[in-house]
Amino acid sequence: MSWEGLTEGGTVPEWPYPIRYGVENEVSTDVLILGGGIAGCWSAISAARKGLTVAIVEKGATVRSGSGGAGCDHWVYTANPCSSVAPEEIIDAELASNGGYVNGISMYIAAREGYDTLLEMEQMGGKVRDTEDEFKGAEFRDEKTKFCFAYDYKNKLHFRIWGTTFKPALYNECKRLGVQIHDRTMATSLLTEESKQGTRVVGATGLNVRTGEFTVFKAKPTVMCLSRPQRIWQFSSELIGLSTLRPQTDIGNGHAMAWRAGAELTHMEKSEASIMGSGYTFPCYGAGNPFNTWYACTMVDANGKEIPWVDRDGRILTTVSERYQPAPGQKFMGERATAYEYRRPQLTPDLYERIQKGEFALPFYADLPGMPEMERKVIFGMMVGEEGKTKIPIVQTYTNSGFDPNRDLLQSYMMMGGETVGSKTRPRMSRAGLPQQRTFGEGGYAGGLVIDWNLKTTLDGLYAAGDQVFAGNYHHHAAATGRYAGRKAAEYAMKAAEAVINREQVATEKARIYAPIERKEGIEWKELNIGTCRVMRCYCGDPKTGETLKIGLLWLKDIEENEASKAYARDPHKLGRTLDVLDIITSSQIIIHACLARKASSEFLNFNRLDYPAVDPPEWRNWLTIKLEIGEVKIGELPIDFWGSFAENYETHNKDYQGCYRA
Amino acid sequence: MVQEKVYAIPNVPTPNRPVIFNPDICNGCNTCVEICQMDVLIPNPQKGKLPIILFPDECWYGGCCVAHCPVPGAIKLNHPLMQRVRWKRKDTGEHFRV
Repeated sequence: MSWEGLTEGGTVPEWPYPIRYGVENEVSTDVLILGGGIAGCWSAISAARKGLTVAIVEKGATVRSGSGGAGCDHWVYTANPCSSVAPEEIIDAELASNGGYVNGISMYIAAREGYDTLLEMEQMGGKVRDTEDEFKGAEFRDEKTKFCFAYDYKNKLHFRIWGTTFKPALYNECKRLGVQIHDRTMATSLLTEESKQGTRVVGATGLNVRTGEFTVFKAKPTVMCLSRPQRIWQFSSELIGLSTLRPQTDIGNGHAMAWRAGAELTHMEKSEASIMGSGYTFPCYGAGNPFNTWYACTMVDANGKEIPWVDRDGRILTTVSERYQPAPGQKFMGERATAYEYRRPQLTPDLYERIQKGEFALPFYADLPGMPEMERKVIFGMMVGEEGKTKIPIVQTYTNSGFDPNRDLLQSYMMMGGETVGSKTRPRMSRAGLPQQRTFGEGGYAGGLVIDWNLKTTLDGLYAAGDQVFAGNYHHHAAATGRYAGRKAAEYAMKAAEAVINREQVATEKARIYAPIERKEGIEWKELNIGTCRVMRCYCGDPKTGETLKIGLLWLKDIEENEASKAYARDPHKLGRTLDVLDIITSSQIIIHACLARKASSEFLNFNRLDYPAVDPPEWRNWLTIKLEIGEVKIGELPIDFWGSFAENYETHNKDYQGCYRA
Repeated sequence: MVQEKVYAIPNVPTPNRPVIFNPDICNGCNTCVEICQMDVLIPNPQKGKLPIILFPDECWYGGCCVAHCPVPGAIKLNHPLMQRVRWKRKDTGEHFRV
């Protein structure tokens, strides 16, 4: 029923849940997990399997929450027995395509332990192989193991997975292991020893977004598994929703609370013009295209003329099969790799010019009927179906509307505005927004917490995994690093002293979070979010200058002191959303500080400083770090390869690890 | 013309109908209320009745409410007009849309 129907008759219903503002609960646990998404659940399972008590704090409902909760179709860059590619070669491919701006530690862990993690996923009930022989005989299927692979059928390092089965299986395993799950509870702050910035983390606070009650979580270590920031440059509830890749619960509360606690972050100056989710796109993976989940679908023009595919050398590929094979002399193909060594085939790069000359006519269509049967079935029905939120919004909704992949050409919106998946290198083909309409790491490898080989942050007692760490990417990374961080946090918990909560810090946080419900008027959360986004688009968009960035900071401070301090909320749900926006303002400030500190432009960071036009000069090929120290912003620097030797460091830190697959 | 009482209420949010419930099928079990990540829905004050779409403008269209609904057909997603795609039948050239 719509809410309008309910108001007919002149009455408005009471809030459906008991209101318990200010009521304080206390939970004491060995290991605390903030965020119950993919990384959070894996982390909880890993720690609980060590025999410790574990609690998860989750803003939504753990059974489906997080960026990967609804589904996932790829488990990429994973060394495994079907492949001859080693973890060291995988990490080289990722580094090469991103100018070295990839988290060498966490992505190496993912490449190295990803296969073990996948097998454990299967043990818990996730579907990782073609057990029903739906794709028997397909070129992408390994007949012995029944694993199905994507992108590179020769080298078999990117799995196709049935990810919609994963999150409920992880949730059930958490329940089976006795993990305490606190759903509808948003983590609001980290608690530190003696309430000081930069000291050991001893727990966190949480707010129930249905009842408004408050919980103090006390723990020896805390593992942060929250999302990367969203809604920094763009937000409009009227536009976004269906076209956003990630749920809007995921706005980066972790980045803001870790910053306030004094943890060090890095890579915060990187952002990118939105390729998905500008609000003007069509449903994610829901329009005809040849990228990613739809790779390598045949595309035809308005007259049915096929768009040619070429390999990395421009050689025209005449069969569908060749799109999934490395070029002559190529070792293997990466996922979205831009470096020549690892680049996949693509539609002919001069397509835009050829359209202008009249050789191809708009609009284009995905020619699923023209694909070989197995490839058609695996793209629409399996990959589109398992990826993200495609099962219901795309496969079910389109099928119910009469779409038939065996007969129909799904329209593409390339060059018409609204393409769902694009590419940085082909903005005219795909981009639906302006350069100012940016996102924080929509394409992966976004800024986050600095971590070491134990996935420990710069604060004692604080670990991180998934999107919470800097420059990580993909579902397999969230899973493998969650699993790893849970293991390391458990080791810490077994040795660490009891945590001691500072009551004054708790009281200060309570006063902060309940302030909006004390007010009956002021500004509501949506306008506050839209307003801060405007500041970020204008003053921290593209291009940037020192002067615009400084004005941006002034604006945000001004908003913080005026509008934000007058924000009001009339129920626990809106209170949660209001606190989200306060964290969005904090993340925006971190981003501007980081942008001011980088005094060079960078191709890899999509960072265009008009006052420092030199692009990626050698002295700026580094990680800029940023943290709060006694309230002051401190900028530091780490060498681009600060993690050292991959295999050596990994092995030194994981001497007792059992079951790691070795190529 | 039917004369109904008219109330003073503000403009509705956009989109306002992210999901459509079938009142003949929905049994009011509230599974969808519990699975929704954005907490878009609340239980109906009348037990056993359709949940209420309280925050339609926050819907992510993740489809978890539909996927986990124990009564098939009780809920369907309703794509906003702005995001409805088209397709063409290959052999006849006929056009269709969501």
